[in-house]
Amino acid sequence: MVLTHLTIDAARSAVQERQTTALALAEAHYARIQKEDGQIGAYLTLCKERALEQADRIDRMAAEGKPLPPLGGVPVGIKDVMSTRGVRTTAGSKSLGKYIPPYDCTAVLRMEAAGAVILGKTNCDEFAMGSSNENSAFHPVRNPRDLNRVPGGSSGGSAAAVAADLAVAALGSDTGGSIRQPASFCGVVGLMPTYGRVSRYGLIAFASSLDHIGPLAKTVKDAAIVLRTIAGRDPMDSTSADLPVPDYTAGLERSARGLKVGVAKEYFGEGLDDEVRHAVESAIDKLKSLGCEVVPVSLPHTRYAIPTYYLIATAEASSNLARYDGVRYSYRAAGVKSLSEMYRRSRDEGFGAEVKRRIMLGTYALSAGYYDAYYLKAQKVRTLLARDFEDAFRQVDAIVTPTSPTAAFRLGEKSNDPLAMYLADIYTVTADLAGIPGISIPCGVTMDNLPIGLQILGKHFDEATILRVAHAYEQVAQIGS
Amino acid sequence: MKVTEKDVTYVADLANLELSGEERVGMVRDLNSILDYIEMLNQLDTSNVEPMAQVSDRYGVDQSKQGSERFAYANREDVIEGLRKSLSQESALANAPDGDGTFFRVPKVIER
Repeated sequence: MVLTHLTIDAARSAVQERQTTALALAEAHYARIQKEDGQIGAYLTLCKERALEQADRIDRMAAEGKPLPPLGGVPVGIKDVMSTRGVRTTAGSKSLGKYIPPYDCTAVLRMEAAGAVILGKTNCDEFAMGSSNENSAFHPVRNPRDLNRVPGGSSGGSAAAVAADLAVAALGSDTGGSIRQPASFCGVVGLMPTYGRVSRYGLIAFASSLDHIGPLAKTVKDAAIVLRTIAGRDPMDSTSADLPVPDYTAGLERSARGLKVGVAKEYFGEGLDDEVRHAVESAIDKLKSLGCEVVPVSLPHTRYAIPTYYLIATAEASSNLARYDGVRYSYRAAGVKSLSEMYRRSRDEGFGAEVKRRIMLGTYALSAGYYDAYYLKAQKVRTLLARDFEDAFRQVDAIVTPTSPTAAFRLGEKSNDPLAMYLADIYTVTADLAGIPGISIPCGVTMDNLPIGLQILGKHFDEATILRVAHAYEQVAQIGS
Repeated sequence: MKVTEKDVTYVADLANLELSGEERVGMVRDLNSILDYIEMLNQLDTSNVEPMAQVSDRYGVDQSKQGSERFAYANREDVIEGLRKSLSQESALANAPDGDGTFFRVPKVIER
């Protein structure tokens, strides 16, 4: 048994059956991090003390023969935008370089309550703004499948950690594709739940109407287990939905036969790489052979999603990031003489280029004279995008698309062209805007052996169906490596 | 060009950012390039479309109810330390770049 090659169930059972211990699992992952992460850069902070304490608690339960909770002893990584009490939480920003939160994010608490052992905090683009992880203020993450390529972003550290066996699973966050796109680039599973399915309490806010927490994992089943753990109403987040959480693993084995799967031509147009197109079309054929009925659907406003997203997300960000004032917990510039100089210089020195660009765009879009033309206009187009999905989901149970138009690009390839970088999210931002769930699963590799992702979108609060389709596909997919 | 250097200075001021001369030049270029792209939204007639500010009042709530009634489940008594204990003074000040144990300390507020 290789301790760093286990799925969630295999790891928990091995601890339960005393074939190994939670402590040994944690130590094996730390040893691998020590050996491999110097070149990958997936972690920003390790929290060994907290991890070993939790591992010990789980091992004592196992020794007493008590049944372990669903994630008992399972080593995980947490994206560094989720607050962890007593453990540095930076959001990938210099402005929070020394921040030690006094409380835990709800999703983190739920992971630990379910027995997970938190190894550390994973690297990300600054304030989750980016598609390549090159916007981390600390260091970039390299794609474990090809170290010259980006892992995607903004949850690049979480995706790379799972892909390189530096964690069994990880939590990420998705505002425009930040779970699904890195999952696609690194060849792992990434699930963005419905907006409101998972509490955002303790998540460092980027764009509050678009931010989601969700799992990155090695298998669809593992993603389902993590989702069930973190989902459900939380009084600390008034947007967390008051709906029951189904047992997502129970329905996984059900056949996908008879399910209607939509294919939208708008997701197969200009800009889609041929190898990605071919892999996704083959995956759709495979779904047919599993008994799914493939139905053409139309999502006519898709091309307006990126401009809509960059207005709404930046407007919300400009407001959310106003809190970094250098007074209470964020970076303060040295040698300042007045309050206004302190605000300006602290923010100037604390934020990176992309964060400033987005604050500027968002502030501009909200400023007097431009509010109606930009922000309000974008909110109206957001309604049209949501209606596109409402119409399509009257005909189908799920919609399949490529996750990203290309496989992982090279470090530096897009870092000087913000617009080109934004277009990497062209197939993922729509789901964030509409609030629907989406999952990315591996569906092939390019000639250069880079992973390709298949995205499956579902109805609001119907994660069960996309998990079922993804699981059915995963069982028959033969993905070269 | 939609955005001039003067606009950038004005917006930076609103956002409490200083921005170096070089950053301002780059910002004029980048904002114009992004806003040119965003221009495509004007192809759509949205005069009869309601804006969507959030997801939560549209999905996963009882649509037969109106306004805040849809979120009745989130109501709670207004009590001190209702959901969690407030942070202690020590813990609230622990991350402050400058403080005296009781207050956050900042440079002089009144400028002349």
